[in-house]
Amino acid sequence: MIPELGTFALILALCVALTQGTLPLLGAHSGRQQWIALARPAAIVQALLLAVAFGCLTAAFVRNDFSVLYVAQHSNTLLPLPYRIAAVWGGHEGSLLLWVLMLVLWTLAVALLSRQLPNHLVARVLGVLGLINVGFLLFILLTSNPFERLLPGAEEGRDLNPLLQDPGMIIHPPLLYMGYVGFSVAFAFAIAALLSGRLDAAWARWSRPWTTVAWVFLTAGIAVGSGWAYYELGWGGWWFWDPVENASFMPWLLGTALIHSLAVTEKRGAFRSWTVLLAIAAFSMSLLGTFLVRSGVITSVHAFATDPKRGLYILALLVLVIGFSLLLFAMRANKLMGGGSFALVSRETSLLGNNVLLTVASVSVLLGTLYPLFLDALNLGKISVGPPYFEAVFVPLMTPVVVLMMFGPFLRWKDDDFVAAARKVAPAFVASILIGIGAAMAVDHLTWRTALGLFLAAWVVLASIQLLHGRLKERAGASAGSRLRSITASWWGMWLAHLGVGVFIIGVTMVGSLEKQLDVKMQEGQRAELAGYTFTFRGAIDADGPNYDAARGIIDVTRNGRAIATLTPEKRLYWTQGMPMTEASIDIGPFRDVYVSLGEQLQDGAWIVSLYYKPFISWIWLGCTLMGLGGLFAAADRRYRRLAERDAKVGAGRSVAGAA
Amino acid sequence: MKAKFLVPLLLFFALAAFLGFGLTLNPREVPSPLIGKPAPEFTLARLDQPEQRFALEEMRGEVWLLNVWASWCVACREEHPVLVRMAQQKLVPIVGLNYKEVRGDGALNVRGMALDTETDLAIQRARRWLTDHGDPYVLSVLDIDGRVGIDFGVYGVPETFLIDREGKIRYKHIGPITPEVLKQVLLPKIEEVRRAG
Repeated sequence: MIPELGTFALILALCVALTQGTLPLLGAHSGRQQWIALARPAAIVQALLLAVAFGCLTAAFVRNDFSVLYVAQHSNTLLPLPYRIAAVWGGHEGSLLLWVLMLVLWTLAVALLSRQLPNHLVARVLGVLGLINVGFLLFILLTSNPFERLLPGAEEGRDLNPLLQDPGMIIHPPLLYMGYVGFSVAFAFAIAALLSGRLDAAWARWSRPWTTVAWVFLTAGIAVGSGWAYYELGWGGWWFWDPVENASFMPWLLGTALIHSLAVTEKRGAFRSWTVLLAIAAFSMSLLGTFLVRSGVITSVHAFATDPKRGLYILALLVLVIGFSLLLFAMRANKLMGGGSFALVSRETSLLGNNVLLTVASVSVLLGTLYPLFLDALNLGKISVGPPYFEAVFVPLMTPVVVLMMFGPFLRWKDDDFVAAARKVAPAFVASILIGIGAAMAVDHLTWRTALGLFLAAWVVLASIQLLHGRLKERAGASAGSRLRSITASWWGMWLAHLGVGVFIIGVTMVGSLEKQLDVKMQEGQRAELAGYTFTFRGAIDADGPNYDAARGIIDVTRNGRAIATLTPEKRLYWTQGMPMTEASIDIGPFRDVYVSLGEQLQDGAWIVSLYYKPFISWIWLGCTLMGLGGLFAAADRRYRRLAERDAKVGAGRSVAGAA
Repeated sequence: MKAKFLVPLLLFFALAAFLGFGLTLNPREVPSPLIGKPAPEFTLARLDQPEQRFALEEMRGEVWLLNVWASWCVACREEHPVLVRMAQQKLVPIVGLNYKEVRGDGALNVRGMALDTETDLAIQRARRWLTDHGDPYVLSVLDIDGRVGIDFGVYGVPETFLIDREGKIRYKHIGPITPEVLKQVLLPKIEEVRRAG
């Protein structure tokens, strides 16, 4: 009964989405207030209906209802409750339901938090979001209904993939989807603006906090996913350039370009066509990612069970949504010309340069991801593209991005004097080069890559300090407290996020240059040395879990005779799928991780043990955290609320005038 | 409407055309230049009696399958019950090619391991796996370093080669043999090869 209720809720949600996607848009076009007024209630009802549907599927998992095919495929009575709940998004159908749930939650947020916005604009934004949801709800109901029955029901479920039985599974997909789907709001604002023909600074200001929050979610989602891969896959890598990772990275790159482009559009009225195009592209990349994961055109460890029928449907949806948006863009873009003009040396130029570079980076990731498909389609053979391509492309693209990132804030808007600006940044720049080379020599790893990475990181840190110092000096004479308070939240946001990039680069460079690894055969009592640490194998004990057998190795780590940690990596065998898994054990430190994973047991009782020394790896996630925090600061800037109130008054005046 | 603003749309359509074409392709399907050609000769140690060797010659006169497997291969686990059932019904003799049992395991980095240790570990792992999951093979041979796999153009595990009475490869299946693949593809092919003589 509960599953049928779920299907019913989905069908009702589709009907409401159809209403939300048509009448408010028509109403905004023809000025019918009753139709415009439908948008907000429709968004609320839709959110309620999908919450019910999602609740029904969760209930089916909690109650082990194996008469539901999807539950039987992805759960098991032995699966602990938190993972039964996370298993709701452990497969194609349920994760799609999570996708639409996120979409209606974003829609609901827009509906509730947009009181100050003009009604016709809200109607258009919600209408566009409604139309997207129509596409996805139809997809679910026609090809991927998670509530499909299996009659007679199965005795026992096939279990959730053991790789996914991890706390990371509980938070990574919801965060990532919040980010992915969140770009739909920026997209809807862009389409609404194109439809109304009113694309100005106010539009950019409304879009900005939404886009930034979506970007924060995406950043957090990608970072959590990378951390999960690091400890779960058992060999200490943190990024694999897997097609599905790329599918989340491409919208991130474009989203990063978009939040910067929006800043220019708001402050200077420039880049308007660029900004709109980026808003369309960022969401299109999210949709494309959905297609790649679910259609089977690309092989990947993340790929869901695939079905060409589903692939065809999503492709059709892609063509409709993106094709229509780009057509609309082509028709309206010439109205977006103009805006503030700027000289070659100006903050606008540096931001434009970075946007172009980020877009090129995103396209090169797309190219690498789809290259095997292109060649195959052109009958030029089968190949696969691996990390060497991406690394070769990324270093030269990202180096100027980082340099410009820290140079731009020193430039004035509109026009600046290159010599004066260069003089300002030159000391820190030269110092960074020296620090980069010096630090690379100090860690005894003088390769151009290490030196370059450390130079960039030093440049970010020094320029950040200089920037903060300059900002505080502006109000010389005031007390330190009032000087700090005078800095806006969005400035702190920029500062933190940029500093985060520097911290991230330190992590990537150090772990890439200095990590050490050793695979050894270890008998009880045997020792091994790596990077100054001594590992003593104390043997393995049984450590069976609720749904797996496991052996847990006990390894003492010491350094110069001082105890550092006792690590307990596990080798698990999950009963239902008979799948072996390694659980790494990590001693996390601020300047290094010591990482141990357990391999196979040999006939003579010895174990294969993999030991890793990972310098500065936590800085990768610390950097991501700073970037995310920066985004939160920027989105929380009071200016948005203050100006929103002003816009509301102006908007109210305008709509009265419109009625008259 | 200015022409330059149409560029994104046109680029997108080109991309969509590729994606659409991609749907008709199977990224797992790799054409084998070996089809219709004699199977590459090899002699390898047997898993059950490592001191004895098995040569391709020994299967001459039979229509048989060479199934490439490894205990680390997850998809092998998926097809294994199908192979076991095929063996029980005596549909066709299956020879197992145990492929890079140790060094192919991504979870197990064994650079620098002695070949003897690796062989012992491989035998132990492979035997345990067959004990746990059932042994559908007439016999299995050990391709420790994957050299025979290279000769056969093994692209991913599992792969299955259909070899005729004269030792020619007649068909190659990449990926797990599911009940559908068996019924709709493999069995008809076997019949066809048998009838052809």
